[in-house]
Amino acid sequence: MALLGERKRKDLSFLQFTRLLVVYPWTQRFFDNFGNLSSASAIMGNPKVKAHGKKVLTSLGEAIKNMDDLKGTFAHLSELHCDRLHVDPENFKLLGNELVIVLAKYFGKEFTPQVQAAWQKMVAGVSIALAHKYH
Amino acid sequence: MSLTKTERAIIVSMWGKISTQADAIGTETLERLFLSHPQTKTYFPHFDLHAGSAQLRAHGSKVVAAVGDAVKSIDNIAGALARLSELHAYILRVDPVNFKLLSHCLLVTVAARFPADFTAEAHAAWDKFLSIVSSVLTEKYR
Repeated sequence: MALLGERKRKDLSFLQFTRLLVVYPWTQRFFDNFGNLSSASAIMGNPKVKAHGKKVLTSLGEAIKNMDDLKGTFAHLSELHCDRLHVDPENFKLLGNELVIVLAKYFGKEFTPQVQAAWQKMVAGVSIALAHKYH
Repeated sequence: MSLTKTERAIIVSMWGKISTQADAIGTETLERLFLSHPQTKTYFPHFDLHAGSAQLRAHGSKVVAAVGDAVKSIDNIAGALARLSELHAYILRVDPVNFKLLSHCLLVTVAARFPADFTAEAHAAWDKFLSIVSSVLTEKYR
């Protein structure tokens, strides 16, 4: 996890949560009230999707600041995703891997195999934390 | 699941660029796989897996060449990979979960090397294509 220090970025706004909805269209099932999701460009330009993406990234920012207590950090969100949002935890893995790919796209060579390995641990930890309160 | 005309076109055109760095991409994919998912090393007890090892490079080349074969016969991936499908089913018997891990690391490698080409549509097409390749390679398992 020490390698994660290298990847601390305050501004993760370029990361695209939107891409998840394009690459894995079945994830759109959670966003019926988001309006036009009919094509890749519709999704990428949809303001509700962008706004939600920002929310997700803000949470990930919190995760980076609290790497030693991910379960505690995400306890409330875990309950929310289970009890109110009814999201299959498999989706957290999809998002995690998709974020790793987007990081590779934006950081290119800097995103070495070692850096990727650290991030894989990070997103796995977040996925586990988000699923932790499921019942 | 089958590829649309557009998806095939994306894959074939990107392959043109990818194949110019095929060996390096193969090696990098495997390095990423073994570092991020160390359990995959259990299939290679007979290999020297250190960075730069000749075996790693040779195996990486093999893997990418096979992907290339699938691209070249994109209308008949099952036919192109029939021999490899049997190899994986009867001899190698790699647990199916690992094809997803390898596919992911290949996507990471391609995204890092060809960021401009790796649009959301291209990402979707490649993810789908590799998913089909993985299905073909595991279809004779039982």
